[in-house]
Amino acid sequence: MTIVRQQFTISMRFLHWLMAAMVLAMLGIGVAMVASLGNYHWLVSIHRPLGILILVLVVIRFVNRSFSTLPPFPPTMSSQERLIAHASEILLYTLLFVQPLVGWGMLSAARYPIVLWGPLHLFPILPHSVMLYTVLRKMHTVLAYLLFFAFVAHFGAVLFHTLIVRDRLLSRMAPWRVRAN
Amino acid sequence: MASDLTPSTEEQPRRLSAGSTLTRLVGMGVVLLCVVGAFLYLGGWFSLHKLTPSRFVDGFEKANGIYSGFRRNHAKGVAVRGFFDSNGQGTRLCKAVVFRARGVPVIGRFSFGGGNPYVSDSPGAVRGLGLQFALPDGEEWRTAMINLPVFPFNTPQAFYDNLLASQPDPNTHKPDPQKLAAFAASHPEFVQALKIIQSHTVSSGFDNSAYYGLNAFRFIDAAGTSIPVRWTLMPVQPFAPAIASGSPQGDKNYLFDALIASIHQHPLQWHLIITVGQPNDPTDDASIMWPEGREQVDVGTLTLDSIESEETSPARDINFDPLVLPAGIAPSDDPLLSARSAVYSQSFTRRAGEKKEPSAIAPSEVRQ
Repeated sequence: MTIVRQQFTISMRFLHWLMAAMVLAMLGIGVAMVASLGNYHWLVSIHRPLGILILVLVVIRFVNRSFSTLPPFPPTMSSQERLIAHASEILLYTLLFVQPLVGWGMLSAARYPIVLWGPLHLFPILPHSVMLYTVLRKMHTVLAYLLFFAFVAHFGAVLFHTLIVRDRLLSRMAPWRVRAN
Repeated sequence: MASDLTPSTEEQPRRLSAGSTLTRLVGMGVVLLCVVGAFLYLGGWFSLHKLTPSRFVDGFEKANGIYSGFRRNHAKGVAVRGFFDSNGQGTRLCKAVVFRARGVPVIGRFSFGGGNPYVSDSPGAVRGLGLQFALPDGEEWRTAMINLPVFPFNTPQAFYDNLLASQPDPNTHKPDPQKLAAFAASHPEFVQALKIIQSHTVSSGFDNSAYYGLNAFRFIDAAGTSIPVRWTLMPVQPFAPAIASGSPQGDKNYLFDALIASIHQHPLQWHLIITVGQPNDPTDDASIMWPEGREQVDVGTLTLDSIESEETSPARDINFDPLVLPAGIAPSDDPLLSARSAVYSQSFTRRAGEKKEPSAIAPSEVRQ
């Protein structure tokens, strides 16, 4: 009998929790900075490089996932639930990829320099156009709220499985090692 | 996937009682609500009276009205181009590439303070100069300066409160003198700053004005040492005092027209003067000057040799955010700096999406 994988690979789990912390910080920084006068500058100074780091990591994570064996869904999940879980995963990956690109794009269109650290900066990826900036700036807000909503749904579903269904769904992604029975 | 459908051999968790399920569901709801609440709290949803960039710009719009496509402050302006030649004197103070380079391309914009882009020129109005230096290594330095030696306010809140106090009364179309007096009474630093400002004679035009960087910044040298600095552009064009007031022949743009004529005659030049602060000099108060006798270093010359209407210049769509800084220049602890960056950004975002109305200084007016 072949051993069925119980958990995501260690690299997948590591990237998941690392990015979870980064994305949550990013969402908090994002909503806080646009509503702040005094904290605006230092928050923006973190927001830019952190966003680019997320963009890099999501690509690495996607490639890593493509080459990894995934653990099966728990038997408690219906085919419908599995479909929803799969769709929400696609949505989250897409948002994590598109949102930093929109941020990079909107700064490019507004001709703000995309400073990462010290003299290190990125090139603009779009021409100078305030109309383009307007569209992307709005999109950045909408996608941020959508990302937050998707996170809450994801978190809620895991909580539901962990507290109510108690099918050890969380153990698939637990940072520690969980042994099969 | 057949194995998924067969009953698991694992030990099934004991069934939850209805009460226990309910408790857990409620607990789940509370956790999720806390997460959403924290997000909304960070976004300022529960602090309805906090001064935010958005409310600040609302204040400008209330005071001045909304002019589609224009900056919410310093709305009337004209675009210029030129270059900056450093003389090398700045390198010992600051590692920024701009102080080592020559021929750094500059785009700029002269403006009048206030939100009305069609206001008549007057010598008493605040003159602004926004500059963007394109450094050879791809970095940028932007600075937005005005011709006042000190800023009348030292906190964003004071600036905002004054904006509201100066709002014209709907009946008299003039600011309420009582509100202005109340503001002055509660802001001694404002009264002090006005005294300093009034003791400086205003020059006759944009071309022979000095422009002050307003806030203190920090320079970081190659060794990593950080010092407090302020900067000023001192005109090479000889000083002449402003003529009392009024526009000759009723020309609403007479000061801009004089600038256009002047720049067409010969390139205009300013020396960039760095004032080096002592460790105890206050860097968080733009309303006061540093004591006399601080070291002043001329670090290079700004030359502006062409002028054009905003309508045809990329300067219109540049946000002269004073916190776009190259490595080597850092913000000080002045609370105005982050606020300026935040409010400029909000103003930029609002006007970016609006229809662009013609500039008071039309392309035909600038043609040689």
